[in-house]
Formats: sequence, structure tokens, C-alpha cells
Amino acid sequence: MTKEETAELEISLLLEAIHRKYGYDFRQYSKAHINRRIKNRMALSGLEDISQIQSKVLKDETFANELLQDLSITVTEMFRDKDFYRSLRENVIPILKTYPFIKIWHAGCATGEEAYSIAIILQEEGLYDRATIYATDFNQHALNRAKEGIISNSTIKEYTANYQLSGGKETLSDYYISGYGSVIMNQSLKKNIVWANHNLVTDSVFAEVHLILCRNVLIYFDNSLQNRVQKLFHESLVNGGILCLGIKESLRFTDFFKKYTELDNKQRIFKKKY
Amino acid sequence: MKYNAIVIGVSSGGMSALKYIFSELPVSFSIPIIIVQHISAHSDNEWINLLNDKSNLTIKEADEKEKITTGKVYIAPANYHLMIEKDKTFLLTIDKRVNFARPSIDVLFESAALAYRDKLIGIILTGANNDGTKGIKIIKELGGIVIIQDPKTAESPTMPASAIEAVQTDYILSLEKIVQLLIKMTDPNKHDI
Repeated sequence: MTKEETAELEISLLLEAIHRKYGYDFRQYSKAHINRRIKNRMALSGLEDISQIQSKVLKDETFANELLQDLSITVTEMFRDKDFYRSLRENVIPILKTYPFIKIWHAGCATGEEAYSIAIILQEEGLYDRATIYATDFNQHALNRAKEGIISNSTIKEYTANYQLSGGKETLSDYYISGYGSVIMNQSLKKNIVWANHNLVTDSVFAEVHLILCRNVLIYFDNSLQNRVQKLFHESLVNGGILCLGIKESLRFTDFFKKYTELDNKQRIFKKKY
Repeated sequence: MKYNAIVIGVSSGGMSALKYIFSELPVSFSIPIIIVQHISAHSDNEWINLLNDKSNLTIKEADEKEKITTGKVYIAPANYHLMIEKDKTFLLTIDKRVNFARPSIDVLFESAALAYRDKLIGIILTGANNDGTKGIKIIKELGGIVIIQDPKTAESPTMPASAIEAVQTDYILSLEKIVQLLIKMTDPNKHDI
């Protein structure tokens, strides 16, 4: 066995160990992604090989928690992809307006920036009061931060630009209060967001919803795991419900491509067939 | 053929450099090329279409999970990192910026080195930062070959100069010479280079 094959085996054993001990399943995540994150942690912690990481993960829960943060996807932005949010306002909001109450599932919300973006759009379109946003992630640490809704001043500048480019109707500062070096999102945005721990890899359907947003999460999964999650989404949506993926993500290679019509193909917005 | 892929990292001044390279490479050039060009997060892929119009080869944005095939040129989409899996398919990620860049050259090069080992050619062209320096070192460590644009001939010399300082560079050349070398190196009838 070459050195490289040994390293692959070590990674696979490490993921197995994390799954068996802590229940988190990264075995069907992209290998290049996992490899990169594990090597970063190895460099930061001064450990010499992956087997040492495995040993530490099994015995040291603080370390295990750090590695869990490394492996999960916590990068997110408010109003990332201006054209997507424009299309959401133009093509999806009119459909949502036809429902007396609206249930939205934001899957893989990380630290919540996109859930707040959706909340802002719903407020501006007069739909917020009859909407519930279920924002879910398996990473409790990220969820806690999402719930707090605190964003640093340096990033809020970038989000303000995103918001304006994406067709925002007010000014972003209407939606937060400035503090010391950071801002905190308004309570009025938070009140209809339900933050919940849900794992796309291991948990099942928990609600019937009208709109699902899951953007830039599935790119980290292999084909069979993508299929599993798409099945979950298809079962969770009402007939005629809307699915929004990241703009580089596709339904084409899953079993569910024919079960949706394209509402906006470029922005990856799909409508479940009746 | 000794090499199975070429990765190129390029930043400011890259548009004209890439335009030159792809107007020169012949249609018979069959080894896949994968490129990170630093670009604004809000940029669309229109510039890739323009580049494609002037080229003998097919130049396209890299798609999620797309299989890398010979004779094609792939460019990382704006605001995503581009990585290569060992099965020679693409992975796009939204991970944090690396060297203030997404896509980052280091991220592509590191994964490409692991996927292609000594079958990889790594190239650094014009740029005003030092992204790619770490990646080119890994390519060299894993047995790949390293070509850097001569900083004297680059629109922005910083990036190639930083790479040259960090690694035992195989070739330091002008764009014109780089194109000639690539054609020679990937000629299926020659095995000695």
C-alpha cells in the first residue's frame, strides 16, 4: 500500500470513528473537501498524521467539537448572488402570495445570514406576518450564532452592497441595530424564524412546506447523498412548491429532475409538479 | 503522453495573457487545462464566452461534479473555489477566501497536485499578490513540473516573482515561450521531455 493509499484509509477510518462515536456522518461528503479540512486541522493542532487525529477525536470531546466545526459548512453571506434574489422577488413571491400561510424551510442555514435575507424580503413584500421560516442546521454552534443574529461591521458593508444590487427596497440598516464593532438583527425579523437542529444526512422529513432553500450545501455531497437529500426535499414540498438551489447546483444528475419544472433555470429555481 | 493535466493560476493582467495563450494553442492540443483567474465575486461568465470565441479549444466554466475530459479548458466560476477530486471530477465550494481570493489558486493547485501527482504541469502567470505560491510548492513536491511566467515580461510581476522565490522552478519563460513549450511537452509523439 502506498503512502497515499494509507492516508486515504486513515481518513476513511477517521470518518467512521466520528460517525460511530458522535453520530455525525461525513462519509459521503466530497473527499477533496474533507481531505483539505482535516489537513488544515492537522497543521493547526501540530499532530503528525491522521491516525493521531482519530485517537484524539475519540478521547477529547473539545477537540472533536473543533473538528466538527472544520468539517461542516459554515460560510454564508446575506444576499449572496444578486440575480437569484431578484428572481426570488419576481418569480417566487407572487406564488407565495397565493397561500394564506407560508411555510419555508431553509436547510443548512449555518450562521443564518440567508435566513435573515429571506425574512427581509418577506417583510418588504408584506408576507412576513403569515410566514414561518424553519432554519435548520446540524451544527448547533452555528445555529446558536444564527439565533443571536450578530454580524461584524466589516461584513455588513459587503452585505449592504449585496442587498442593494439584489433589488432591496429599503436600506439594510433599517433591519439592524449597531453596537460595538458589530450589528444585531432586529427582533421583528427573528420572531417568525424557528431555528432547529436537523441533519440532512441522517434525519427525515419534519414538515410540509411551500418553499425550500438549500443553497451551496449539496455541492459538498457525493451523488448518492445528493439523491437522498433531494428525496427528502421532494417529500417535504407541497405540490407546486418551490425548490431553490445554489446557482452552480443541479438537479440534472439526481432522480428528481423530471419531478420539477424550471421556474428560472439560470438561478436554479424549480417548481414541484402536481 | 507524460502529462495528464495543466493548471494555470493568473490574476491581474490575466485577461490579455489568457487571450494570447488561447489564440496560439492549436486545435490538436488535447491535454485538459484548468484555470483560476481572480475575478470579482459579482462577475458573470461573459468573459469566458469571449475568450472561447477567440480560441481553437473549447473553453467553459467548470461545473459541479463535471468529469474532466481531454481537449477542454475549464475556468473556475466567480465566487467559488474550484477543486479536483481524485476521480478527476470537479468540486465547487463556498469555503472562506484564501489569500483574499475565491476562487483561490492555492486551493485548486493543492487538490490538483493530489489528484494528478507527477502527471501535472503547474503554471503561474501575471498577478499582483502571492496566491499560488503555496500551491506550486505542493505540485513540485508531488513530482509535477512548474512553469512560471518571467516576471520581467508579466503585466504584474509580484505573483510570478513570489512563486519563483519559493520553489525550484523548472522553467521561467515569456508567454510566447510558454506556449511553445506546452505544445512540445504534450506532443504525443515525443516522450523525452
